[in-house]
Order: sequence, then structure tokens, then C-alpha cells
Amino acid sequence: MSVTVRVPTILRTYTGGASEVSVEGGTLSEVVTALEAAHPGIAARVLDDDGKLRRFVNVYVGDEDVRFASGLDTPTPAGSTVSVIPAVAGG
Amino acid sequence: MTTVSTDPGLAIAPGSRSFGPATALVCRECGQRYQLGARYACDQCFGPLEVGYDFSGGPSGAVTRQQIEAGPPSIWWYASLLLVPADAADRPVDLSPGWTRLHRADHLGAALGMRRLWVKDDSGNPTHSFKDRVVAVALTAAHTLGLQTVACASTGNLAGAVAAAAARAGMRSVVLIPDDLEDGKTVNAAVYGGTLVAIEGNYDDVNRLCSEVAFEHEDWGFVNVTLRPFYAEGSKTVGYEVAEQLGWRLPEQIVSPIASGSLLTKVDKAWRELAALGLVEGTPYRVFGAQATGCSPVSQAFAAGHEIVKPVKPNTIAKSLAIGNPADGPYALDVVRRTGGAIADVSDDEVVEGIRLLAETEGIFAETAGGVTVAVLRKLLALGLADPDAETVVLNTGDGLKTLDAVSGVVGPSATIRPTLDAFRAAGLGQTPEAGQQ
Repeated sequence: MSVTVRVPTILRTYTGGASEVSVEGGTLSEVVTALEAAHPGIAARVLDDDGKLRRFVNVYVGDEDVRFASGLDTPTPAGSTVSVIPAVAGG
Repeated sequence: MTTVSTDPGLAIAPGSRSFGPATALVCRECGQRYQLGARYACDQCFGPLEVGYDFSGGPSGAVTRQQIEAGPPSIWWYASLLLVPADAADRPVDLSPGWTRLHRADHLGAALGMRRLWVKDDSGNPTHSFKDRVVAVALTAAHTLGLQTVACASTGNLAGAVAAAAARAGMRSVVLIPDDLEDGKTVNAAVYGGTLVAIEGNYDDVNRLCSEVAFEHEDWGFVNVTLRPFYAEGSKTVGYEVAEQLGWRLPEQIVSPIASGSLLTKVDKAWRELAALGLVEGTPYRVFGAQATGCSPVSQAFAAGHEIVKPVKPNTIAKSLAIGNPADGPYALDVVRRTGGAIADVSDDEVVEGIRLLAETEGIFAETAGGVTVAVLRKLLALGLADPDAETVVLNTGDGLKTLDAVSGVVGPSATIRPTLDAFRAAGLGQTPEAGQQ
């Protein structure tokens, strides 16, 4: 199940500058594992020492913030887009 | 860590005074330091970056009251405490925001049973909200960095502030707003020209899109994304002004609205800076936060004793505070807990009552965020969480003329009559209301 991952600027050093990459995975957790296999080092930027999403990382599957879904267990259907975005306070 | 990363292309050489006494961008989470430039998140942990300063040196030595008071009557009065060049006031991006009135609110205080109450009324800024302060600092940075286009995601007030300042500066603006904003805010953003884009979603959807657009347009200055560390510092000027307008001293309590959580934390930062510099005595103060119940993730976290703020989907008339995923929320919690304050939230009906109470007692027509702070102050007093005898400042961050819908259904003409004296008499309009009646 191929998933497109949109890569924020600060992680593009791991993807050779690519703003989007394709990986396989049926859940967000599997997508992160696949990202790490293809682009070593990237998982440690997104996950904390306990393997959870870092506090200031927002991840969306399609339009859905995974915090409103199932976090790392959120399904990532084939063809879906995962967006990784640094949290910014807005206002 | 003391290493300074020099990665970003849009950066200024170390040692330059283009950013005044600022020395670096520092990650609030892990302490990693970065060269000053258009970046906002830590490469290591995604933590937000904040501006670090060295106020001890510079061409004219440490900052003094005399140095500050030599400045122009705007936020640039405090240029020596901000990351702007000394000539910021003379730059073309300037709309001269700030130096809004600190209004002694004796009648509101009496209504609330308080001894000494002040309203810091930021509706007096050029586009009628406190956002002119943050935009002025962000656009000065954009100008310094050579950016020609500025952009933002906005809950409304920022939209107008960016569009106006960009018009003044001769820069292009691209402003993203939720499509359900109040008409007053939409028109106030559109009138300045520029590109205004209504997004079919709430503010958090807009903010997300803006961040993604920022990835694609690194030559634009996104004032509350890529320029956020600069932008946020502008809020400190609220705290500086309050202290100076009180005669270079700190109040005992302050009530601040919480949207992203930035304003509350920056007022605290301002007061700690003033005390550290010896410009005020470091007397204790308590910081209180105010949210609308329909978007109260920080208030909920405070009540639950949590350090993490769980995002919510906003549903409130206080649209300028409707940020469901406030990234500075944890820091607002830290400040409130450290100072012994509290955070409370109020219903939309209470927001309207707060707007009316402020208007009817002090002649100040606040937007919904001002209704939130007044209503929360009343609630905090009722709960015994705020001290009625302590000198208190309540913040009004915007103008009620932008959110007329909030009160248009509950206020209006006392009567509609034919244009005759008989009709006036018949309606009883010549009688003086008895005490307590309107």
C-alpha cells in the first residue's frame, strides 16, 4: 500500500531534498518504520525516546490530524497522503 | 548547548546589529541554538524557537530608562529591547503601533468589587488590535531579510494587520483566513488590497495549509510561521507598556486571553526582562489566562493538572481565540502555574455579558476576546481565584466594531417611534431611569 509522505523543510536533509517521498505501510507506525528504512535518522526526529510522536510534530493522514484519530495506529490507506508539519502556534 | 547552526539561507551574519541585541534563535525544548533568520522549528526535536538576547552590551551599553524614553511614542520606544535595528521607526514598514492607553477602570472595578483595575486597551492600534505590534516586528525582520512577500494564517485580526502593514511597506501580502470569519474582520483585511484567501475550514485547517504553503515558498515571509520567533516578540511590548504606564512597576495580577498562548507568555517574558535589567522592581505578580469554553484546550489542561494540551475542535463566537491546537499552550500553563495564577473559560453568553459590562461601565467596546477576559475575571473573582484587592490589569486585544454580530442581537434601539414629540412622550423616553434600571 503506497503512501505519499510530504516532508517538511527541516527533514529534507534526510530525503536528499525531496519534498515528497513514497513508502509502504498500512498504519502511520508502519509508514514511519518504512521512512526510517529508506531515510535513516528520520524516525528519531519525528518520534521521541518513548517511540511516541514528538510534542511539537503535527501529523495528518489526508485531512485528519492523527491526534483526533488513532495516533500512530491511524490507518494509512493506499494512495493516501501523510503530512508532517512542525507545530506552530498561529494566532 | 552553545553551538549555533548556520544552516538557513535567509540569515544575517553573526555580530550584525540588524537584529539589535538579539543573539540567536534558541529551541525552547532542547536548547539548540541557531543563527538568526527565517526559521521557526528546531531541526533536532521540532521544538519552537525563541529569540535569545544579550542586553549587557551594544554600542550604548546596557539598556536604561532614559534610552527607552528617548524613542518615538510607539512600540519602537522599546526598540532597544527588541530584535530590530535601532532605526526601526524610520523604516517604511512602520505604522507606529503601540502606546495604547492604560485605562483606569474604576466603574468596572466597582461592578466587580475590585479595588484597583486597569484595562490595557489595544483596540487603539492602527488596525484596531494588538496584532499590529507583532506584525511590525515581523515585517521589520522581513525587510531586513530582503523578503518582498509577506503571508499569514489568521483568525481575523492578524489578517488586517498584515494587509495594512504590507500596503504601507509596498510589499505583497497573501493572507489566509477561515471562510466563516466575521464580516468586519474580512472587510478589514480586504480593504488594504493584497491577496486574501478564504479557506473552507477552521483556523487550524488554515494554519496547517499555511505551513504547507510555506514549505513551497521559502522566499516569502510567513509572519506567524517562518517569522514566528520575530513576530511573537512584538507581544512583549504590551508588557513593557503596562509596566511603564504604571510608573515603571508591575501590577499584582493580569488577565490575558489565550489563543495560541503566545501573548500571555510574552507579557511574562517582558516583565522578567524588565526586572532582570533593573528597569522595574521584580515584585511578584500572578498571570491569569482566559478562554471561551467552546475552545478551551488550555483551560481544560489547567483544570486537569496536565502539562500537555489536548487539541479540540473550536466552536465559539470568540473566533479570534478559536485555535484548537495552541502550540504555546504548554508554555502558557507553565507561566500561570509558576506565578500562582489560574486559567478559566466562559460560555458564549458570558462573553457577550463581558462585552456589555465593559462597554456600559467604561465606554470601551471590545471584540469578543475582550469579552472573554472581562467575563473570566468576573468568574475568577467569584471562584476566589483572583484577589479583588490586588491591582489588576485586564487586556482588551481588539475592537468591538469588528465583531458586531456578537452583540447585534442583544443590543439595539430602546424604542422605534414616529418623529413626533407625542410619540417620544408616549414611549416614556423622557423619564430618568431609577437606580439600577436602564
